[in-house]
Amino acid sequence: MELTTFWFILIAVLWVGYLVLEGFDFGVGMLIGLLARNDTERRVLINTIGPLWDGNEVWLLVAGGATFAAFPEWYATLFSGFYLPLFLILMALIVRGVGLEFRGKRPEAMWRRRWDAAIIVGSTVPALLWGVALANIVHGVPIDSHKEYVGSFFTLLNPYALLGGLVTLTVFIVHGSMFVALKTVGDIRKRARILALKVGALAAVLAVAFIVWTGFDQGKLAVWLLGLLAAGAFVGAIVAIFRGREGVAFTATSLTIGLVAIMLFTGLFPDVMPSSLDAAWNLTTHNASSTHYTLVIMSWVAVIFTPIVLMYQSWSYWVFRKRIGVQHIPMDVLTK
Amino acid sequence: MDALDIARWQFGITTVYHFFFVPVTIGLSFLVAGLQTAWWRTKKEKYLKLTKFFGKLFLINFAMGVATGIVQEFQFGMNWSDYSRFVGDIFGAPLAIEGLLAFFLESTFLGLWIFGWDRLKPGVHLATIWIAAVGTLLSAYFILAANSFMQHPVGYTFNAAKNRAELTDFGAVLTNKVALVTFPHTIASCFMVGGAFVAGIAMWHLVRHPARDAEAFLTALRLGGATLIIAGLATVVTGDSQGKVMTEVQPMKMAAAEGLYETKQPAPFSLLTIGTLDGSKSVYKLEVPRLLSYLGTGSVNGQVKGINALQSEYEQKYGPGDYSPNIPITYWTFRAMITVGFLAMAGGAWMLWSTRRQRMPTSKWMLRTALALPLLPLVGMSFGWIFTEMGRQPWAVFGLMPTAAGVSPGTTAAEVLTSLIGFTALYGVLAVVEVKLLLKYIQAGLPEVDTTVPSDDSDAPLAFAY
Repeated sequence: MELTTFWFILIAVLWVGYLVLEGFDFGVGMLIGLLARNDTERRVLINTIGPLWDGNEVWLLVAGGATFAAFPEWYATLFSGFYLPLFLILMALIVRGVGLEFRGKRPEAMWRRRWDAAIIVGSTVPALLWGVALANIVHGVPIDSHKEYVGSFFTLLNPYALLGGLVTLTVFIVHGSMFVALKTVGDIRKRARILALKVGALAAVLAVAFIVWTGFDQGKLAVWLLGLLAAGAFVGAIVAIFRGREGVAFTATSLTIGLVAIMLFTGLFPDVMPSSLDAAWNLTTHNASSTHYTLVIMSWVAVIFTPIVLMYQSWSYWVFRKRIGVQHIPMDVLTK
Repeated sequence: MDALDIARWQFGITTVYHFFFVPVTIGLSFLVAGLQTAWWRTKKEKYLKLTKFFGKLFLINFAMGVATGIVQEFQFGMNWSDYSRFVGDIFGAPLAIEGLLAFFLESTFLGLWIFGWDRLKPGVHLATIWIAAVGTLLSAYFILAANSFMQHPVGYTFNAAKNRAELTDFGAVLTNKVALVTFPHTIASCFMVGGAFVAGIAMWHLVRHPARDAEAFLTALRLGGATLIIAGLATVVTGDSQGKVMTEVQPMKMAAAEGLYETKQPAPFSLLTIGTLDGSKSVYKLEVPRLLSYLGTGSVNGQVKGINALQSEYEQKYGPGDYSPNIPITYWTFRAMITVGFLAMAGGAWMLWSTRRQRMPTSKWMLRTALALPLLPLVGMSFGWIFTEMGRQPWAVFGLMPTAAGVSPGTTAAEVLTSLIGFTALYGVLAVVEVKLLLKYIQAGLPEVDTTVPSDDSDAPLAFAY
């Protein structure tokens, strides 16, 4: 296998990791507005992701860094071209991260309400926009002969990309609900299951529409097969949560998100950013990549350290495996 | 202003702001780890209280560092896409490795540390903060190696067909002599920041509330004060070796730092000049003879090249253009960095002296010093970085790529202005919120700690929750 292909796969894997992991903590962030009924319940939700969300976000940073290192032209065209959506995502991630860490640091209701708003908005905006961005990358955007994006902000808001955004938004809410059902006890757990079913029905319709559109758009058999598997996994998730099998349900939504991402990257390959103006101007794994030497070094680093990261990150999930409920939330804020 | 100027302002503002949180994170992570280690070994309650007290302040700071850090990685591509295309083959690797080796380590193990008090064995829990602290050092090394390539490109070849710099020797990039001297200088300064932070806050408590937890705060003061002074000495020594490397690889930066227009042998060190801001005409100047020769070359008779000679040298080499950085900024930030660094050390020394043999200072001036102390090395580091980065201009990569050539060609001034205004406004609001929160926790003093064994009851409240 060529190293450029290996790095394309590795970046796809980093995106799968990011979307599966941060997908549920974006979902939990949105559930603060959709599911929790009082401050203690909101704290239960936040504490299910408290020790984990920051590690999840690092998957994005590494995906970005890996793209910079392995495909500098892809990184440059994508980040300068998708300027305003990325700016909005950054603003959202900032207020969300600070909100998650600062919300519990003061007891005042006003303080907490404001950070709740920051967490909700900060989770919703990237949940929507990452779908929009990924759909645009795969579908193709106007790129000229100098590898520069020549569309505008509104070029990116086309129907296919917006549908992609709605898919990530709704699927993340379902994924977050599955996670909450798996990680909590009491009333909130039951309500999370019900919400997963309700939003799940809507998400299923959107996701199937998106998969079919992508299938016709890309015209590859593998894309159709992966799309079919993703849809199957999502149906499985809905059935599992209906029958109260929370672990199975969460695994199935994780699979769904992973398979949709793999479907998109399979559709993309061997391009990394196709041009909608002229296929000769497509950015590909070849014309966007770093030198062989750089890829060799980065491959060694990735092969050695990725398993180590996976090991300790899994261990941290194991440490915080216990379910929590309202009875576990300590009352004192400043003294502990 | 065009997109280039706005993009430079955005990089400056977001980077200086992000770098308020970085040195506090690096310095304080080790001090908190040290305090927790002291508790683990002695089981004295004061160490646990101090661990939790400074740990909380550390986390308030860390949250801001994380949140503002993502912008740093993204804006190379957003605002500096031609720079990214040009150096990505070299510059991307340390950034990716920083994420994989350091950011995962820091975020995962800090999560374990924050929430793990009742879920991990004490020894394992202690290890988590040490691992996170080591992660901050790894992060610093890789990002400084990347920055050092911009100051002094090594281990590359220029590919004219693709118009980009390509990596030929990654070992050379990682052992760049600029990185080797910048890393210890930066880390030593980070420990100054951490030490000053701990000492200043401890002293503030000792003066304001002498009856409350005096013994614990005296311990903290000594730890912080000693760290500040030892790290300060290390900063001086490493800064000296950095000066020599700088004179060798970026002589224009050294000349600009000194406002040295004409080549001199021996060269004096300018303490300050009164006259024009760029030091070109002075009505009064204070100089130490031969000191610059020593700092720059290691010999009191060494020759230090002046701005004018370097300018004509560079014009021959690179073609017509202005190759000197903004002299007033480089000249004054260099002085300001050194001044506040020494002031911080003096403040630390005064605090240690005035608390000798359990004395309790009460003066107003001590209170003011306590308030100012944490800020001194912090702004010193800002001055240092503004000097380093402004002193590199007009180059993005010294001798290879001018800053003006790196900006994204397709990004409009309106777009960049939008993000500049957005980030600046948000950062401003967050600064107010963060400082208020820190002050609230500082004023609250040491927390009550519960050293009883966690109960086995599955409905018992968590030891820590957001």
